[in-house]
Parts: sequence; C-alpha cells; structure tokens
Amino acid sequence: MPAISRDDVAHLARLARLELTDDELGHYAEQLDVILGAVQRVSEVAADDVEPMSHPVAISNVFRPDRLIPGLTPEQALSGAPAVEDERFRVPRILDEE
Amino acid sequence: MGGPTVTFEQAVAKYDPVLGLEVHVELNTETKMFCGCPTTFGGAPNSQVCPVCLGLPGSLPVVNADAVASAMRIGLALNCRIAPWSRFARKNYFYPDMPKNYQISQYDEPIAVDGYLDVDVEGETYRIGIERAHMEEDTGKSLHMGGSTGRIHGADYSLVDYNRAGIPLIEIVTKPITGTGDKAPEVARAYVTALRDLLRALQVSDVRMEQGSLRCDANVSLRPSPEAVFGTRTETKNVNSLRSVERAVRYEIERQADVLSAGGVIVQETRHWHEDTGRTTAGRTKEEAEDYRYFPEPDLAPVAASEEWVEQLRATLPEPPAQRRARLQQDWGFTDLEMRDVVNAEAVDLIEQTVAAGASAAGAKKWWLGELARRSNDSGVALADLGIDPDGVARIETLIAQGSMNDKMARQVIDGILAGEGTADEVVASRGLVLVSDDGALTAAVDEAIAANPDVADKVRGGKVAAVGALVGAVMKATRGQADAGRVRELLLEKLGVEG
Amino acid sequence: MTFTSTTAVDLAAGIAAGDFSAREVTTAFLDRIAETDGELNAFLAVDTPGALATADAVDAARAAGEPLGPLAGVPVAVKDVITTEGLATTCGSRILEGWVPPYDATVTANLRRAGAVIIGKTNMDEFAMGSSTENSAFGPARNPWDTNLIPGGSSGGSAVAVAARQAPLSIGTDTGGSIRQPAAMTGVVGVKPTYGGVSRYGLVALASSLDQAGPFATTVADAAALHAVMAGHDPKDSTSIDAPVPPVVAAAANGDVTGMRIGVVKQLTGEGFQREVREHFQKSLDLLAAAGAEIVEVSCPHFEYALAAYYLILPSECSSNLAKFDAIRYGLRVGDDGERSVEQVMAMTREAGFGPEVKRRIMLGTYALSSGYYDAYYGQAQKVRTLIARDFAQAFEVADVLATPTAPTTAFPIGEKVDDPLSMYLQDIATIPANLAGVPGMSLPVGLDDKGLPVGLQFMAPAMADDRLYTTGAALEAAVGWEARP
Repeated sequence: MPAISRDDVAHLARLARLELTDDELGHYAEQLDVILGAVQRVSEVAADDVEPMSHPVAISNVFRPDRLIPGLTPEQALSGAPAVEDERFRVPRILDEE
Repeated sequence: MGGPTVTFEQAVAKYDPVLGLEVHVELNTETKMFCGCPTTFGGAPNSQVCPVCLGLPGSLPVVNADAVASAMRIGLALNCRIAPWSRFARKNYFYPDMPKNYQISQYDEPIAVDGYLDVDVEGETYRIGIERAHMEEDTGKSLHMGGSTGRIHGADYSLVDYNRAGIPLIEIVTKPITGTGDKAPEVARAYVTALRDLLRALQVSDVRMEQGSLRCDANVSLRPSPEAVFGTRTETKNVNSLRSVERAVRYEIERQADVLSAGGVIVQETRHWHEDTGRTTAGRTKEEAEDYRYFPEPDLAPVAASEEWVEQLRATLPEPPAQRRARLQQDWGFTDLEMRDVVNAEAVDLIEQTVAAGASAAGAKKWWLGELARRSNDSGVALADLGIDPDGVARIETLIAQGSMNDKMARQVIDGILAGEGTADEVVASRGLVLVSDDGALTAAVDEAIAANPDVADKVRGGKVAAVGALVGAVMKATRGQADAGRVRELLLEKLGVEG
Repeated sequence: MTFTSTTAVDLAAGIAAGDFSAREVTTAFLDRIAETDGELNAFLAVDTPGALATADAVDAARAAGEPLGPLAGVPVAVKDVITTEGLATTCGSRILEGWVPPYDATVTANLRRAGAVIIGKTNMDEFAMGSSTENSAFGPARNPWDTNLIPGGSSGGSAVAVAARQAPLSIGTDTGGSIRQPAAMTGVVGVKPTYGGVSRYGLVALASSLDQAGPFATTVADAAALHAVMAGHDPKDSTSIDAPVPPVVAAAANGDVTGMRIGVVKQLTGEGFQREVREHFQKSLDLLAAAGAEIVEVSCPHFEYALAAYYLILPSECSSNLAKFDAIRYGLRVGDDGERSVEQVMAMTREAGFGPEVKRRIMLGTYALSSGYYDAYYGQAQKVRTLIARDFAQAFEVADVLATPTAPTTAFPIGEKVDDPLSMYLQDIATIPANLAGVPGMSLPVGLDDKGLPVGLQFMAPAMADDRLYTTGAALEAAVGWEARP
C-alpha cells in the first residue's frame, strides 16, 4: 500500500474542511503513515466470503408512525448560532453555483 | 456569448442523443423523513425544526414508516423489483443548507430497482427503463443576500432556513434513454409528465414543479451513431417546468452538437437552465470531483421488505394512468385524436367527473375543450382553476338536453358562475335565462319578424328555405337569445306555409 | 456519617427514609468538589444552583409523602459528551465551548426522572478520542492516586469524580474502552452495557456503531443501580434494543458464581502486559475458582486484528459525525470578516476548534472512506468485525463470561504518550473487541501495583446478558475485599 504523502494529507484536509498549516501537513503525514501501516493488518485476514457488519445488533424495520412530534421553537433552534438575521442562520458568502 | 449555430435538425441528423432523467419527488407525508417535524410549506423560518433535522450534536434519525410505504408504492407503480433488503447510506459533503454535512440517502442498496414506464409521443410508445428509486432527505433553503439578483453570484452572505431540511424525497433515476432520435426533447417531457401523473394518481405527492415538489435534472449526451459508446454527458439543473424539460434537452443537444462539430469536447459538468434566455450555462468548475465517501448509515436499521408487505402495498395501487385513459376512451367512445386532445388539455379527470355528474361524454368534452378551454387560454388560468366545477358543467348540459337552454344562454350561465353569482340554477334564476319554447310566447315574436321582413318572408315562401335563417335571427334577437332556435324555425316555416 | 464515603445505594435509602436530607448530601459533594477539583480538574462545569434545586425538590417531595425515584437525591456527574438542557456541553472541545443544548439526552432525562441530582459535567478527551484525557481542550484531568499521572480516558473526568469521591456515581461513554480503562486506572467500577442497551440519543456521536454510555461507581451494586436507571429501549434511537433491561440489580445482589464458566482469552492473558497486571489477573482467577467458578481457556484468534479494525471503523464514522461542526448552527466561528467565503470560515474554524487527535482521526477516516480505498480499509474492517463477533459467539458456547486484564499498564505520567498515538492506541487492546462485537464489559479494581496504583480486571458477557457481569463482578468484589483509597 502506498505511503501517505503531504499532498495526500492536503487533499484529505480539503475534503474534511480543515485548514492545516504547513508544519501540520508534514507532521500529520508522518503520523498518519505510521497509523496506516498498523491498520493495514486488516488486509491480512482472509475474509472474501465474510459479510461486513455495520450493526452489532441484528435489527431491521425500525420505524416511527407518520405523526407530529413537538420540536424546537425558533429561539431554541437559533440559540447556539454564531450569527442570526431575520430568524435565519446567517452564513458567510457561498461561492458554489447551486 | 452567442447561442449554438447548429440547428436541432442538423444536430440529430449528425448525432444520436442519449438521455438520463433524474426526478426528485417530495412526499406529502405529514412529518419529515427522520423526525416528527411538520412538512407544511411556507412556515415561519426555522419554526419547523427539532434537534434531528437541525443536526444538533447527539441527535439521531428515526425512519418515517409512511415514507417507506410511499417509496415502495412508487417502485411498484414503476414496475420495479422491491429489494428484500435495503439500507440507508450517508452521502458526505459540506454545504450550508445541509445540517449534518451528510445527507442520509441510499447508495448501493436502494429500495426499488429495475422497472419501466411507457410513454406515448405522437402515437409511438417509448419504454423508459427505470434504474432505481430510493429514499433520501431534502436540504434546507438559503436566501442569498447583498447582491443584485438574489442568486448566489455576487451575494455577500446568505440566510439559511432549515424548515425544508429532512422532508422526504424519492429520487427516481432512469436507465439511459436511447432510440429517441429527433423526438428526444418530447420524450423527455412526456416521461416527466407521465411520471407526474402516476405520482399524482398514487397520491404520494403534490407534484407541483413550480413549488419544487417535483424536480427534474436532465442528463444529455451525444454519440456519432446508435452503435457507438455513450458520449460524455452533462447534467442540467433548474429545470422547473415540463416545458423547460423539453426546451433544455433540445438546447443541450444543439449546444453539444455545436461543440462536437467544431472539433471540441464535451466537459462533464453540471449546467444550469435559464428559462428566460433559453440556454444552459456552466456551473463553477470544481478543483476536484466530489468524493461522497458513501458508507452504510450506522444510526438506522435496514429495511427488510417482506413479500407480504409488498403485496399488501401492491393491492393499494390505483389503476395505472395509461390503462385508465384507455378504458375511459373506450367508455366515452372517443377517437384516438379526440382522446389525445382531452389528455393534452388536462381534462381527463374533469370530463370523468362531469360524466359522473350526469352529462354525456360528448357534452362534457364539448364544454371543457370548447368554451372553457378558450377562457382558460385567454386568462392563463388552468381549466381546473377557472371557477366552474364538473357538477356545474353537467347541470348546464342537462338543462340544454332538456330543452331549457341553448348554447348561447349556457355561455351566459358560465359567465355568471365564473363571476361568482352562484350555481348554474341560481344564475339561471337570477338572470332569467329560461329558454322560451312555449309556442304562445313565441308566436308573437314570429309574427313580428315576418311582418318586419316581408322580402325575406317572400323568399322563403318562394322556396328558398335557407333564407328563414335571417328570420330566426330576428326572433332570437327579439327574445334576447332565449328562444329555442329549432322551435322558432319550425314555427316560422309553419306560418309561411313551407315544409322545413 | 461521611456522605462522601457512603455508597449511592445507602445514600438513596437514607434520603428516602428521612435519615438525612438530599440537600445535606449534595452540599457535602459540592464542598468536596470545591476542595479537590482545582487540582484534579475532573469537572468542566459544576451546576451548584441546579443541583441544590433538584435536591430541595427531592426533599420537598419526600416531606409531602410523594413517591421518590430510585436515585432520588443522589448526586451524579455526567460526562460532557452527553447533552443536558440548559447546561453547557462542550465534549472537551473548543469548537463547542459554551454551547448550551436546547434538549436533554435520553439518559439525562432518565436521571432526572429517577430523582438524581446532576451535579456537573465532567472532563474528557476531546470528542471522546483518547485514552488519557490529555486531549481535552481544557487541560487534563489528574489521577487522584498520583496527580502526576493520567486517569485514563476518554471518560477520565467521570472516573476521577467517583474515585476522588466528588460524586458517588458518574456516567461515562465507551467506544473502545473509554469507561473500562479509566475505571481500571482509578480503581473504580466501570461498565459498558450491551450496544443498544442504553439510548444514544443525546450522546454526541463519535463512532455510531460502537458508542455506549455506562455507569461508574465505587461498588458493583452502585453501578447496577445506575445501569438500571440509564438503560432501556428508546424510540428516538433506532439502534436501541427493544427488550427488557437485563436484571443487573438482582445479579449484583446475588454474586454467586458457583458453576459459572469463566473463559480466559488466550490472546489476552496479559502477555506483554505490565507484570503486576498479569499477577493480579491470575490471583483474581484463583479467587473466582475458589468461589466455585470453573476457569476454562478460549481462543479468539481474530482479536489480534481488533485494534486495526477499530482504528479504521472509528475514524471513518467520526469523520462523518464531526462534519456537522462547521461554524454555522452552533459552536465556534473563526475568521468571519465579512469578506471570506463560508468554505474558508468553515476550514479556519475547524482548524482552530479541533485538537490534533481529532484532526488525525478525521483525516484517517476520510482516507479510509474515499473512493478507491473503501473496500480495502473500511469495507475490510467491517468484515474483520464480523469475524470477531463470531469469535465471541464461539467463546460463549463454552464460557458464560470472559475475563481479561482491563489494560496493559497501570496509570502512566501525564505527557508520556501524548506524542506517540500508536502507543496510546495500544491501551485499548483488551477493551476494543467488546465494542466491535457489541457485547457488554465491566472493569473492577482487583489490586495495586508496586507503586500503589490500581489494577483492573475486565469481564465480558454475551449481548443482553449484562447481568452476568454483575454476578461475577459482585463475587470477585467480595473475594478481593477492595478497600484501598487514593
């Protein structure tokens, strides 16, 4: 498996919306490389015919009825917001074309 | 920048278009997909939210049973196979209208797969393959502030309302649509129309494109011939009406043909349809393709659709719209062309209800596709919204059939109903619109007309029976149109001593 | 009577009987916190007015002859990863500093319904990532046995609160050992219930398929009392188990291991572990045998891959779970000068708000889930997980409970492993398998090492057989006769 480079880390940081410093890029690249080396062990296990597990409890069909449940007031909803305007969450400008 | 120089005809002569249509349907459940917040449109901002749909730390989703049932019914109505085992997955990406910065959706285990929908375009049937239908949640809505257009470009900041976040969506994806040739734009429109009708019949959504409860993204690609591999496709968003679907597909075919003919390559990108200019424009080019890092949603249990459950839901499906239309056409005795006119005028339901209220099919059609359609076109108001209902139309037809009214009077009754004067009977009473066919009442008018038009009377006596029309007209005028024209003619001819 | 030396069960009984007031009890613990927490840093927030108000309400109810909940008047400290309405919940992170949730977690609501006094929120590794509480943005908690040492993590504050008698009970969360390991480090009882046994609604998620909240206490019986209040099906949590809570209180009272088969896991007998840890483990097995249990050997060959699978699954899930911290709806916002884009503000905020361990795991998880790598990493890890669950299933065919040392070492100095993530990860080697399979586990103190630091032993039981932990736990507790205090 390839070692993880600074560029890889920069790409991951972008995907994860983390603005890392130059120092951090190098630092994390080293550490992640070591960790990846350790976790790669999973590939040693012969598991071709094994089902992946994503729930320890065997559950299915867990639903709720289509009925109203009281929620939050707008005050409560906005209570933690860094910036509010007109009862909405105010966010800095979005560059993307929707 | 100028538009394409290639015409549509040239484009489809040189290239074979392939389409892919993705439609998102907002379900009309009472509550959201993963929480018990209301789904009603137009509430005060951030007044229909809770920790779950707001994505507060610690919150967890719980699946709405009715949304799953609707998803399955949609799949069945589209002739899909319902997966016996289906899972939710997280689609990870960052955007301010996404409360968790992942959308709970479905990835490689959708609820319904591998179906089809037949659509008719100008007498030819196209079987549109359905790749899949899956469940997901809607995002919040942003208002872009500070710029001049209210759009993102040039905005200084945005305001986000999460009322819509979490509303259940079903995404329906077609298989590649091939073999449409120059009919591609019409087929695209017909598909979305047919899908809309089907969803309406299922009663799972309001399906109003202008309100956003039915959204369409159109994928278009061109290839040199039907034997060639698929070309690069573009995805066009902001297609907000049936008309836009057709126009956007047509435009993209032209644009891509233009690029390819000039030796260029199509960029795989998302484009934006502009209804006002009739063009698509490119979205912001991203540095990297989005990697959604899908993985199975650990907070939710899989959906195991048993055979019993599926059959239970299958039994609730209404008659497929195409089948229903065929049945009605036969019941009504309409020709294919007549039926197509009725369908195009979106009058099938109206005529059905008018017939149910006692009118003949022909009579119902005459009014809905005649006088009422004219008024609808003139005012720009949909037939169903004009202000007259099937009961009213049926009543008018009945009065005419009874001989109490003629067409001209009927039009006045319609005026009255649309002006809010009341029901058909009320308008008839208040305006005194009773057909005079009582011979006694008519005799005076008949005698007067003969006396006032001696030359015409002589012509008729002389054998020119057709000339009696002018006398009929005179009597009608004198009776303010409330005479039974047929009876008037009879009386005139009798008086003049002529066989009619 | 010194309230801070009294068990929760006795405190509840005394309050209910009118022997003393809830206010007296709460005041005693508040005083103890005031005396000791300057040094220990177990608490991020102490809710004096709220606690006294609840205590007074219990006293008033008692005086009026109204029925009291099972923990009425008993102070409980809650790990700061669990939401408490009106009381700040930081998850040990700058990015949520000062965030006041508008809603209670289900376990919080359960505590309130039981009449418990929520005395404060405890310190923790940031977003529950860590095994020493050194990753807290608000300074490490300190081990009361030696304040130069770590108390374990990530629920270090909750463990310290009970060990130092700042509260008779506390709640922690366990994703890979974060209750059991600090319990071992601080000489208290800590339990991770069966996955799905306790609602996760209101637990700020680290790894959704691994997290569970559970009790800390000084005795097995006290832990059972809190476990019973916390657990139960919750319709707000789709992964919670719809079945009755296992009879943990009765099991703790019973403590009879005659005929119980205790499985020693070949791969986790303590090879490579600190000497005293192995020795106390062996002594404990002897005590259990003397009490009538049968010691059997079991083999769980895939356990050696557990750490690797865990450090793929956890970062993957957490990279997604932590995406919601984006400066928009709550929490920190950095860099919003009116010019910058939302993308920039998000990235600057997350950079400033998250500590290094959190960033490492987010990036690791992003990597493991990315296209092209999913099958080899996350996908493969989930398969290894199935194999580990099968190992447990096979082991439980020949054993009623399994026993291992809880952690490879006793408490180590603050700062020693902070720059060596892998070495820190190895702390969880014995505890991680239970989280991967979803089975319950308990740690209880069984001895002191040569430096006088506590050593813990871990029991594990099949899913929904949490009561067996309390049976064996009570038996061993009685046999060991643990009386050491920090």
